[in-house]
Amino acid sequence: MKKLLASIAGLGLGLLASTGVSFAADTKACFVYVGPIGDFGWSYQHDQGRLAVEKELGVETAFQESVPEGADAERAIERFARSGCNIIFTTSFGYMEPTNKVAKKFPDVKFEHATGFKRESENVSTYSGKFYQGRYVQGKIAAMESKSGVAGYIASFPIPEVVRGINSFILGAQSVNPDFKLKVVWVNSWFDPGKEADAANTLVAQGADILTQHTDSTAAMQVAQEKGVKAFGQASDMINFGKDVQLTAIIDDWSPYYIERVKAIKDGTWKQHDVWLGMDKGDVVMAPYTNMKPETAKAAAEIEAKIKSNEFEPFTGPITKQDGTEWLKDGQKADIGTLLGMNFYVKGVDDQLPQ
Amino acid sequence: MQPDFSIRLEKRATTSTFFAYFSPFIALIMMLIAGGMLFFLMGHNPFKALYVYFIEPLTDTWTLHELAIKSSPLILIATGLCLCFRSGNWNIGAEGQFIMGGIAGASIPVFFPEFTSFWILPLMLISGVLGGMVWALIPAILKNRFGTNEILTSLMLVYIAGHFLDWIVRGPFRNPEGFNFPGSISFSQWQVLPEVFSSGRMHYGMIFAIIGVIVVWFLLSKTMKGFEILVIGQAPRAGQFAGFSPQKTTLFVFLVSGAFAGLAGIAEVSGAIQQLRPSISPGYGFTAIIVAFLGRLNPLGIFAAGIVLALSYLGGEAVQISLNVTDKIANVFQGLLLFFVLGCDTLIHHRIRFGHSWGFIKQGVQHGTG
Repeated sequence: MKKLLASIAGLGLGLLASTGVSFAADTKACFVYVGPIGDFGWSYQHDQGRLAVEKELGVETAFQESVPEGADAERAIERFARSGCNIIFTTSFGYMEPTNKVAKKFPDVKFEHATGFKRESENVSTYSGKFYQGRYVQGKIAAMESKSGVAGYIASFPIPEVVRGINSFILGAQSVNPDFKLKVVWVNSWFDPGKEADAANTLVAQGADILTQHTDSTAAMQVAQEKGVKAFGQASDMINFGKDVQLTAIIDDWSPYYIERVKAIKDGTWKQHDVWLGMDKGDVVMAPYTNMKPETAKAAAEIEAKIKSNEFEPFTGPITKQDGTEWLKDGQKADIGTLLGMNFYVKGVDDQLPQ
Repeated sequence: MQPDFSIRLEKRATTSTFFAYFSPFIALIMMLIAGGMLFFLMGHNPFKALYVYFIEPLTDTWTLHELAIKSSPLILIATGLCLCFRSGNWNIGAEGQFIMGGIAGASIPVFFPEFTSFWILPLMLISGVLGGMVWALIPAILKNRFGTNEILTSLMLVYIAGHFLDWIVRGPFRNPEGFNFPGSISFSQWQVLPEVFSSGRMHYGMIFAIIGVIVVWFLLSKTMKGFEILVIGQAPRAGQFAGFSPQKTTLFVFLVSGAFAGLAGIAEVSGAIQQLRPSISPGYGFTAIIVAFLGRLNPLGIFAAGIVLALSYLGGEAVQISLNVTDKIANVFQGLLLFFVLGCDTLIHHRIRFGHSWGFIKQGVQHGTG
């Protein structure tokens, strides 16, 4: 019985020590998710990345889903650090402080924090995606497909990542129709299907005939399908939830990055870094262009190719801020610091940024 | 003629003291059996699963620390709430009082980041207590003065507090060097509630919870004030004849429970999170209501109930990782526990009568007592 108990308790470091060198040399990659893996959005995509790691490298993985940001996150991360994980991916902004706190206690474990900016010890890297590149393509499509000239944007929290997406979307739309309008509803949650659906209904009632979202559930897509308005999927391809209305979706494909980083652990070449992954390396992918005019699809594919080859950058002047002041001169490109801390709207957004 | 299959609950003439006392334990055992069956149906070894769920978290030093961190706010809040509930004041707003305590306490390091001395922590704690008290004072005054329903007012104040926190961490309390991300500065050494032992991150919040339990136990069982609270709760008219004021009692219990929730709030912010964030509580104020009733509105029972509920969270996380089951498992176990506790309580005070009458008895006519 004692033996049985001991082997069950083997989650802890005990097992690693007792089963010897061969096991300890194996790599284990662990993932902490903010939502359920069944959200078919943000967390779902991270989990697809985990599965790709498992398949490609044959390493052991583990995950914990729906981990609240705050004191509970620290425990989840520490549990992984103690259970023999060599690399831990913490996949929400709110895990920034706990990730850094736990990392200090476990210098031999590597930590990868998505969308954050703090790297307080050598074993913490940060990574994020240039999702705004896809937003620009969406904006262009929206302006070409919309009849009312108004799109609705379901936003989560007014943090730079979300504001960047909103601005990029309106810039893309204005490149087609300078008078295009964008209405924004803040739901103050990453995953709340009820609130997201309410927001979608409100935006449609206010005249938006295209919906886009920076939240994680498929609720808005389902509303769009019901109401017959067009919509963009978020984080993953949501075509199954809006087969007659999804125009395209920004797909966060974390697989290439996760495989690269876990492989680096295996090879012993892992180094701290801060990366911003974009379309060029296949980390931000557009879902097939559907439910739109052929000429729209053609224009979308063209601009996508230009962004992918780094020939075009969405935040290129001339760009005016919402308050009328000039932000970027003609041909001037935004510096990375301003993009990372973006806290203002550009002209054309029909909303006050919550401050 | 159709047989009558009605099922009725009848109040028992006498209730067994033994079972009244042990019903939570019976419920716990039934939850383990039902949970084990659930794991078995999901294709897991039920003994292994239950071991990982309920025993393993108690075998590691670090998980014991985590258990204390998770249970201390629940115990502290529920202990305050038991005074409210005992006196018939339904304070549902502890979550809001918790949040306001966190905000009030955190305001000191946010506005005076340079102020580093031993005295800052006591000041933060006092400020947190006051924050919780002020928030609890509102429904108490509204009830005393205008006769408003405190269930509604205290509950609605939770949402106001939540949105206030959300606004404040994006506005006045925002870390100026945080790239506009919501959240205050991280607290420095003097502003963090210290750890009790060097072996883990359990902070002094647990000590506060233990002191709170003892104080409230003493108050309820040994003092006149405690007697007053019980009388007002069970027989308000009798209490008034005895010269007790329901208004004063309402004010007192709301202030105390607000103080406890506020203290829990600042202890969580200062000890566990160490900064103010858009959300600082995964629903402690609401879960504490369950803890208070699971603990029989008795401080010592609440202490045990708080540990059990915290264990259900921790164990839920453990099985999630080691057996790859869904995160909803913790909710299922908490639901099972509550179901069995309520079921046991009902059956201790009532007996089930199956209808054995035949259809000729008209509706509404009672047929015998069997």
